Amino acid sequence: MASETTAPLIERPEHPEPAQHGLQAHSDGGSAFVPVQTRSERFTSTSPEDFAAVTGLEFEWKFAPLATIKHLTEGPLDGSPAAFSYTESGGTTVGWIDRTDALIGAAGAPEERASANAWSAAENALHIQVSGEEAGELTVRRDRFDATARAAHVVIEALPNSAGTVILEHSGPANLAENVEIVVGDNARLTVVTVQEWDDDAIHLSSHFARVGRDASLRHVVVSLGGKAVRVNPSVHLVEQGASIESFGLYFADAGQYIEQRPYIDHVAANTRSRVNYKGALQGAGAHTVWVGDVLIGPHADGTDSYEQNRNLVLSEGTRADSIPNLEIETGNIVGAGHASSTGRFDDEQLFYLQSRGITEEEARRLVVRGFLAEIIQQIGSPALEERLAAAVEAELLQSQGLAGEVV
Amino acid sequence: MSVLKIEDLQVSVETEQGTKQILRGVDLTIGEGETHAIMGPNGSGKSTLAYAIAGHPKYHVEGGSVTLDGEEMLDKSVDERARAGLFLAMQYPVEIPGVSVSNFLRTAKTAIDGQAPAIRGWIKDLDASMSALRMDKSFRERNVNEGFSGGEKKRNEILQLELLKPKFAVLDETDSGLDVDALKIVSEGVNRAKANTGLGILLITHYNRILRYVQPDFVHVFVAGRVAEQGGPELAVRLENEGYDRFLAGSNVG
Repeated sequence: MASETTAPLIERPEHPEPAQHGLQAHSDGGSAFVPVQTRSERFTSTSPEDFAAVTGLEFEWKFAPLATIKHLTEGPLDGSPAAFSYTESGGTTVGWIDRTDALIGAAGAPEERASANAWSAAENALHIQVSGEEAGELTVRRDRFDATARAAHVVIEALPNSAGTVILEHSGPANLAENVEIVVGDNARLTVVTVQEWDDDAIHLSSHFARVGRDASLRHVVVSLGGKAVRVNPSVHLVEQGASIESFGLYFADAGQYIEQRPYIDHVAANTRSRVNYKGALQGAGAHTVWVGDVLIGPHADGTDSYEQNRNLVLSEGTRADSIPNLEIETGNIVGAGHASSTGRFDDEQLFYLQSRGITEEEARRLVVRGFLAEIIQQIGSPALEERLAAAVEAELLQSQGLAGEVV
Repeated sequence: MSVLKIEDLQVSVETEQGTKQILRGVDLTIGEGETHAIMGPNGSGKSTLAYAIAGHPKYHVEGGSVTLDGEEMLDKSVDERARAGLFLAMQYPVEIPGVSVSNFLRTAKTAIDGQAPAIRGWIKDLDASMSALRMDKSFRERNVNEGFSGGEKKRNEILQLELLKPKFAVLDETDSGLDVDALKIVSEGVNRAKANTGLGILLITHYNRILRYVQPDFVHVFVAGRVAEQGGPELAVRLENEGYDRFLAGSNVG
């Protein structure tokens, strides 16, 4: 399927002296591996050979369980088209496009080896196009992967003035490295939700690249509940004035589960707006989550309005939540830029309040966690999916309470 | 006849300076349908009494007992006490993000009664109580106490009191921070609950003001962790005129 849109690659004006704020203050205990170059100068390439072999010392890989995922960074990947199913409402189409299509690379390029490995191995790309002006909702179910190490490429394209919601639902086994490009045309309103409910032993490394056009808005939601190692890293480039992004994340890590996300918001043009809000819960020995939030306000991004936050709720002993917000500001003429990060246990006063109304401790905990995560679920904008995810979170909670035994 | 009996209650709390004894042997007996006002200067231990009865983990019971119809409450968890019929209207109700008032109330009612309330009757009761407390219906969908004004939080406490129908309620400075209109609305709610269910009330207050709207049967003056004097409603009037000075001479409460 040929595409009419030929979006240019992200062109970036030269910067003046870079000034960095927050990188030092919020680094994870003065690690030597926090990159000192500005985020936009990070090396990109579509071929894995251009990246050195991954050692685990790189900032991109330092938290990840390398033994589990390293093969996706260097091994051969099966890039043949994988089966999927979809349920459609009006104004959307789904099909395959060739890897030489002009759309490929329209929203970004790999910044690390697994992404580049997937990029070069994928034989073609799943193309999802939103063209209707009446907001439709399309759900693509990707549940037919297997244990084979695979590469995939997805392009989600919202034509100018279109509106719609695209939901990528992932379940079953997976051993997958992939790139997802999201091209939001001028004045379009697009919601992309990616839901990871993989099997317990699944591995999924996903890089999302978004290019948001003039006066366009993207709502991007990452929900990661199931899988052994799941990483979804969205890089969002606000390249035209008036572009905006609302970036939400919800994750629940059980015993032995690794969930990572590194949202990067790149304010290139003037009068762009971003809101990032990721919330996670951790329960069970070895549950590990990583959130690295980068916001770059470029030298020409006057009038930027930006805020990012990550909150983690720790439900038991033996978990680890890494949370690192970084903010770089290269122009002083902005509306606002803020960030927040917190990782905490249950609030005893909340539990006391609920228990003093006769609610058992176990149920009070459930209410608090559900409430904590509901803030994100309520943002999805698809009532059926919201309901299903609320139930899925509930199931996670019950299941891990059972597995974890005594709750701390 | 239900009776809540507090005998020789001694309670300490951990502070940065170490363990601090707050309650030094409190004796109080509250019968069904009775209203007891506990008045006293700041720091006399009034709120500690409220939280100790409810079972807040911060307060350590060193001795004494609290029985409801002969059943020891101090051995029970916070939620067990509530299910036995105790209620605490808090001075500073906490926010519960993401939990709607309606969901919270239904969950609490189900826990207290041991079964979910019949939908139709429940909605009717909820509407009636909210309307009597001048709470807009939109409150139901708001998150518990999130963004509520001081007066809205207190009304939400009394809403719970009316719907959960406890045997005994401790109202911890429910009147503080309320303007006179809100005070009347809240007081009417308390009086309704008492008229409907024979509620026994332990009304903790610093001021005489609420006692004009909620008539006490007994007034107890609390000083330095114990009851220093008790009497009828006339004692509240005397305190209003004279203050607490005469009780404070020689006490170590600042």
